Amino acid sequence: MKGILEGSHAAAEAAKLCRPDVVSAYPITPQTHIVERLAEMVADGELDSEYICVESEFSALSACLGASAAGSRVYSATSSQGLLLMTEVCFNVAGMRQPIVMSIANRAVGAPLSIWNDQQDSIALRDCGWIQIYAEDAQEIHDFHYIAYKVAEDHDVLLPVFICFDGFILSHTYEPVDMPTQAEVDAFLPPYKPYNMLDAKNPISMGMYATPEYYMEFRYEIDQAMVRSLDVIRRVGKEFGQKFGRDYSNLVEAYKLEDAEVAIVALGSVSGTIKDAIDEMRADGKKVGLLRLIVFRPFPAEDVKKALSGIKKVGVFEKNLSIGARMKGAVGYEVKDAVNDSSVSVLSYVAGLGGRDITIADIKKMVGEIEAGRGDCFLGLREELI
Amino acid sequence: MADKTCELVDCGHRACGGCGPAFAARLILKGSGPESIVCASTGCMEVFSTPYPQTAWKVPWIHSLFENAAAVASGIESALKKQGRKENVLCICGDGATFDIGIQCISGAFERGHNITYICYDNEAYMNTGIQRSGATPYDASTTTSPAGKRSTGNNRPKKDLPQILAAHGSPYVATCSIAYPNDVIKKVDRAVQTEGPCYIQIHTPCCTGWGFDGAKTVELAKMAIECGLWVNYEMVNGKVEKVKKIKRKPVDEYLKSQKRFAHLFKPQRNDVEIAKIQAIADVNAEKYGIDL
Repeated sequence: MKGILEGSHAAAEAAKLCRPDVVSAYPITPQTHIVERLAEMVADGELDSEYICVESEFSALSACLGASAAGSRVYSATSSQGLLLMTEVCFNVAGMRQPIVMSIANRAVGAPLSIWNDQQDSIALRDCGWIQIYAEDAQEIHDFHYIAYKVAEDHDVLLPVFICFDGFILSHTYEPVDMPTQAEVDAFLPPYKPYNMLDAKNPISMGMYATPEYYMEFRYEIDQAMVRSLDVIRRVGKEFGQKFGRDYSNLVEAYKLEDAEVAIVALGSVSGTIKDAIDEMRADGKKVGLLRLIVFRPFPAEDVKKALSGIKKVGVFEKNLSIGARMKGAVGYEVKDAVNDSSVSVLSYVAGLGGRDITIADIKKMVGEIEAGRGDCFLGLREELI
Repeated sequence: MADKTCELVDCGHRACGGCGPAFAARLILKGSGPESIVCASTGCMEVFSTPYPQTAWKVPWIHSLFENAAAVASGIESALKKQGRKENVLCICGDGATFDIGIQCISGAFERGHNITYICYDNEAYMNTGIQRSGATPYDASTTTSPAGKRSTGNNRPKKDLPQILAAHGSPYVATCSIAYPNDVIKKVDRAVQTEGPCYIQIHTPCCTGWGFDGAKTVELAKMAIECGLWVNYEMVNGKVEKVKKIKRKPVDEYLKSQKRFAHLFKPQRNDVEIAKIQAIADVNAEKYGIDL
């Protein structure tokens, strides 16, 4: 069924069809519309879930952890400061291998306070053990929820998932979205079967402490599960394609890369602007292409290497800032490492922080900088303010 | 259901000899029975009872973080409700986790009215990290972060009244108890788990290491705290104090003298001014709760 949905509601509708037993979230701009929509669904009896109105994001994710440990499928959503307030719990959820799915409406973090979009929040949590998937449009926001639960709950994975999408740009934009029926979702995503759970009939202890004799092996196993998830995401993405016609078996998307001389790497909604810029530049005879990272954790290094093979000039579009690093953004390092070729120039460009608009002209300027070998810098700084 | 004979905390855990909290854990589970799920905070009890790959818990047990047991319990309770299950959801957390770092999560859980029983084992300081003061540390106790010195007589703030704070949340049942009275602990936990809504129990658990006394005397110390009026055992139902343990009150001196954390009040000479202040705290307790026989 097709509907015209706001990005946030594309997330909420998908979350509903995944039949979470427990929903717990705290309102924060620009995520708010998701939890409001879910609250309405519960109030109207459309969604039969326990909806916990917590007093903070910290408790939201803690409650999700408890509910998941007790054998329920759970859902949450947040942004920015809310995600940072959850940080300690995020590490804990991954360490305790609870397959929680959480939507992130990406937003800048303070200070200064900004409610507008960049991807600093989720990128800052790249090492906490959550799979990170980035959507480009409302359809992907919607579809990725089904895929996320199926991947998270796979017993070869058992890791939590962030579904990231740019705040306001996607969360507050209306687009046509093709929604499956409940029966179709049920056939794709069976009821949650926990690997283990809190149950008085079969008592187990969870979240114990580990001495130096044991700790490292736990962390190793989390990393191995993350590595294994690469194939699971491909498999589930393919299965989704077979059932619903939209194939997500690729962890990256290549746009006009085959004969490209310059490649831009990006995540999320800005890819649309970049594609338009590429179309214009191609019309001018410039051989430019885009590599969109759909999955950032686990990092699909092999896919990136393959997609960029033969291209000597790569620019990474960073909606995050790794303060104090030589390359300015965190994504660039991963791309450079994946390419692993000293004859290839991989430069990073920080842009669009705190909601600064990104135009086709900006992208064209960036391509000029990539060609000239000038990078690892901020794009579009207002010199008069510095 | 309460079963005084059941042992749901196994022997062989790593607690100190004479550990008050370890005794409390056994009593608590005798009160709540095998159909219980325990949420723990980071702290002594978590560490002495669950060094991976061993566990002392014969009921389902979960530890997430230092400060979020009440929120984790909220999630568990909600999940049980959705699944139509009936286990008793307990939090068993130390005073640092309860009085200080976890109070926001506790307040949220109580305000939301989850059907959980939150039990604080109160050993009156951060014992797991080496005896630092908490909001539960009594006035004048010397701890590693409130040491007695030339210009200090130890912790300079009175103990926070957490039972009153949680009663003010509309909790249907708030109680204090002590390991000195095991049957009373079992009875109160049983009552709490059978009461619908968020209940709070604070159990006084002397810590031989942190307070500085012989581990053979833990129960004796707990009893002395009650007999001098520095600890009061009572039940509050819907915010009203009921069933206070009455005593023939003794001066606070003997209780203070028997612990190293108060030794500075007696050496090199007796500090009458400070001891009088502590006596006044006991007197206020006696008046407030009507404990004098």
